[in-house]
Parts: sequence; C-alpha cells; structure tokens
Amino acid sequence: MDNLLFNLFAVFTVACALGVVFNRNTVAAALCLLLCLVGVAGLFALLDATLLAFVLVFVYAGAVVALFLFIIMLLDAQGGTRRPFGRMAIAAGVLAAGLLATGVILLAGATGPAAPLPASPDNTLAAPAQLLFTQYLLPLQVVGFLLLIAMLGVIVLSKRFEGLEDIK
Amino acid sequence: MIPASLNACLVLSAVLFAIGFLGVLVRRNTLIIYMCLELMLVASTLALVAFSRYNGTLDGNVFVFFILTVAAAEVAVGLAIIVALFRKRQTVQVELLNQLKD
Repeated sequence: MDNLLFNLFAVFTVACALGVVFNRNTVAAALCLLLCLVGVAGLFALLDATLLAFVLVFVYAGAVVALFLFIIMLLDAQGGTRRPFGRMAIAAGVLAAGLLATGVILLAGATGPAAPLPASPDNTLAAPAQLLFTQYLLPLQVVGFLLLIAMLGVIVLSKRFEGLEDIK
Repeated sequence: MIPASLNACLVLSAVLFAIGFLGVLVRRNTLIIYMCLELMLVASTLALVAFSRYNGTLDGNVFVFFILTVAAAEVAVGLAIIVALFRKRQTVQVELLNQLKD
C-alpha cells in the first residue's frame, strides 16, 4: 500500500516537474511547480516528516508560488523563444546525463541486505520543536535574523529613492 | 510505515534534480530558470528527508526546515532583483541580458 502511494506520488511529481520545464506558458509552468511541490509534500508525509510536509505546502506552495505568479503577472513575461544549444550547454547536458545514469544504475543495482529500518522518530510537533529550541537554538536565531535582513534588502531593492537612482 | 526503500527515494531525488538542471539549461526566461532552481533545491531536500528517516533521527528534518527558511528569503530577494532588472532593461530573457559577457 505504501509502495503504491510512493510510486503514485513519484510519477506525479516527475510529471509535474517536466511540466515546469516544457510548458511554453509561464503561468502554467508556475502552476505545475505548485503541483510538483504538493507531490513532494506527499512524499515527505510518507517519509514520516509530517511537519515538513505542512511547512512545504505553507511556505512553498502558498507563499513562494504565489509570489512567482504575482511577479509573472506584474512583468507580463511570456515563455520566450528557445535558442539552439551552444557547445557548452551540450557538453554540460551530456556530462549531467552520464552522471545521472551512473548514479541511477549504481543505486538501482545495489542489492545488499537492507539495513533494518529504525523505528520512526517521534514526528509530532513537540519533537522537532524540542530540537529547534535546544540544540539548534543559535541557528534558529540566525535564520530569523536572515529573514529580517532579506526583508530589508527587498524593500531597498524595490523602492525608488529620490536622487539615488545611480545605485541601481 | 515506510515507502519503497532509501534507494528509490534517492533515485527520485536525482531524477527531480536532473529535470531542474535540464530546465536551467534549455529555458531562456529568467523566471522559469528560477523556478527550475527551486525544483533542484526541493529535490535535494527530498534526499535529506529520506536519509533522516532511514537513520531514525530528526536532525535531517531540522536541517530541511532551515533550508526551507533560507529558500523563502532567497526567493524574495531574487524576485526583487528580477523586478529591478526588468525595470532597467524591460526584458527577462537571458539572451538579452548579456551585458557583462560583452
């Protein structure tokens, strides 16, 4: 049953990811990204990371994709023409495809005895919170400060200052 | 309850990452390239969550939590830069944004 769900979510996620890449319409690509993130959230839930599944839907599917859509509407930017690939792009593509194929073959071909699966960590809200506010308290504060700095930076970037046009 | 195996999760993560990379290579619209970058980031977090689950610890989950926070900040700043660029150059097509190259 779990395997079936995993395969279902995996196929759904990959299909939506392909939709992001190959959609000519930018808005449709953003909506494909939304569906892809929902698929990944489902996979997180299957991997017993319930909190992260919720956070992914809230932060990514909610805020980030909405921001993308807002900017797409603001700029009215459509898909654009696809140029023939340069030599560098072809080399990079071949290299990346080779690496991916190697990795997939190695991973799929690994047949050693599976390690016994450890018991699921306590995945209620309390356990990650316990970690966040004890062991990872300093990173938590730093990340909060980073969010503040990012907010100020965005305000500076998007506000027009009188007489300071040359800073952009 | 657990899906498939660690290897299946890693293969899926690699495939998602490759699709994102493909998008960065073939697309010419800055916004789509940015979405594909986000896709690559999410693919790597999937691997982290899988490793965390198969080790029976929560530290990987906490790390992904931080990654999501930083990614949110990064998206906001990146999109602000794209908007500022669009104001100045009136385009988001990368082939027209090659002033530094010339």
